[in-house]
Amino acid sequence: MDQARRPRILVTGAAGALAQQVISRLRKDCDLVAVDFREQVYLGDEIPSYCIDFNKRGFEDLFRRYEFDGVIHMGRIMSSQETRMRRYNANVLGTQRMLDLSHKYGITRVVILSTYHVYGAVAYNPALIEEDAPLKAVGLSMDLIDSVELENLANIYLWRYPDLNITILRPCNIVGPGVRNSISTLLSSERAPVLAGFSPMMQFIHIDDMADAIVLAYQKDHKGIYNVAPEDWVAYQHALKLCGCKRLPIPSVPPLVPKLILKTLGLRSFPPYLLSFFKYPVVIDGRAFARAFDFKPKRPLKAIFRFYRENKKPI
Amino acid sequence: MSLSSFLKSKLVPASLDEKVNRIRKPIGSLGYDPWGYNNEAIKVGYSLTQQLYEKYFRVEAEGVDKVPAEGPVLIVANHSGQLPLDGLLIGYALASRENKPRMPRAMIERFFPTVPYLGNLLNEMGAVLGDPINCAKMLANNEAVVVFPEGIRGSGKLYKDRYQLKRFGNGFMHLAMKYKAPIVPVGVVGCEETIPAIANFKPLAHALGLPYVPIALPVVFPAKVHLNFGDPMMFDDTDITEDQIAERVEQVKASISALIDKGLNDRKRLF
Repeated sequence: MDQARRPRILVTGAAGALAQQVISRLRKDCDLVAVDFREQVYLGDEIPSYCIDFNKRGFEDLFRRYEFDGVIHMGRIMSSQETRMRRYNANVLGTQRMLDLSHKYGITRVVILSTYHVYGAVAYNPALIEEDAPLKAVGLSMDLIDSVELENLANIYLWRYPDLNITILRPCNIVGPGVRNSISTLLSSERAPVLAGFSPMMQFIHIDDMADAIVLAYQKDHKGIYNVAPEDWVAYQHALKLCGCKRLPIPSVPPLVPKLILKTLGLRSFPPYLLSFFKYPVVIDGRAFARAFDFKPKRPLKAIFRFYRENKKPI
Repeated sequence: MSLSSFLKSKLVPASLDEKVNRIRKPIGSLGYDPWGYNNEAIKVGYSLTQQLYEKYFRVEAEGVDKVPAEGPVLIVANHSGQLPLDGLLIGYALASRENKPRMPRAMIERFFPTVPYLGNLLNEMGAVLGDPINCAKMLANNEAVVVFPEGIRGSGKLYKDRYQLKRFGNGFMHLAMKYKAPIVPVGVVGCEETIPAIANFKPLAHALGLPYVPIALPVVFPAKVHLNFGDPMMFDDTDITEDQIAERVEQVKASISALIDKGLNDRKRLF
């Protein structure tokens, strides 16, 4: 058949904007198979696309049929989506199934997209958190448990099955065109809530840069856990200002008040369990990834915020 | 015009703007560093502190040129006076010196980040949560860091205990040794008299989650402040026991004590 077989990669979370960016970068040199638990997306005739739950038996058939070389797992359900139970099933049990199957079918490269939320926003966080810092998110909210558990699981597999070559990426806030996470929704809205008197430092990475980072991570074989963030920082309220958002201050003390207000409001982009991330900074140190993978983000913060300023749409 | 740009236009003359811009800082494209230091906010802060420093406390700083012009350095001082005014004044002394000014960073109490407005304001002015990781990363970044090893034991001191040094933590010595940072001892005289407290209202402090609630008059007295900077002290990075570290800490404490005595002797009157 073909002399040099093109690498065959399973890409999860294919309906997301980030996955589609990754796919567009890899499709030229790799054979891709796209899956998503939400919907079946059409990605062209050469990329088979499935809407499938990792916990269903049919998932294994994909591994049998396509003989993957690698997996890029971006299918983590974000904490603003679905119910806690469904998230746990998909993110923790589903990922475990995926890793078990990867091991069973001899996959040699796995990249898992995690989030900086796992560090947890605590008042006593130092800045420039490194990868070996404790994951404090579980102490803050039950809603972040699945994110932390997913990481723990990936970590166990990282050591138990070194052949899988697992790389876990913990990016800062991913923003840019098409991104539907909570922070991107806030930046693109006309008015965004802020906690009165709190404007924590934040980091943002452009979706194109993040896609580059994931592709680099896949191509260069360095297993381990890496933060991904540019060496640039901005305070949350300043970022809103640069995006042309009006700020809606929510009383911040005593701590129970903002929690009650947010529960009542029920905003998807500003949920009560992410409250502390708008209060205390979680500034991560992305230098280890930059060094190991020779990665340098190309899109500056100013350009990111200009995009949001020029593309305002109501919540 | 927003409040911040209004304040800036009123308070920050072009010369100051340029002066602060000249002090090179490792900041990102929007003027922030990872700890929240902001180049624009610091200009307003500088201008306001100038009034406090020159007119209100009429600070006399001696030996500020002993702080090295570059590289990591720990500025270690005695803490006093309920509010962290001493850190502010030491910072300004260094930022306003003629010869190669530096914008130092102060390590602050752990409860500040939880206070709305104030926490962010302090961060923008260069103050940083007093965490050993923060201090280490800053020294690795070649910053000048102001440390008060007495912590709240020092700042919450009562008037009757003035100018008695409390126990020093050893953390700063470990970091100075690891990052080969010289230690510049500073004796602060005068801040004890700014908010003389007769007692600490512990139950209220506990209820509010504050380190202390001083019983004092609700005024900050314009006591004259003397800052005496000592010669830089270098400690080698040998593997020594905690007892030996404590001995080195005692050396620093002794030189701060001597600098305080010098300040008290030089002082003609309280105000």
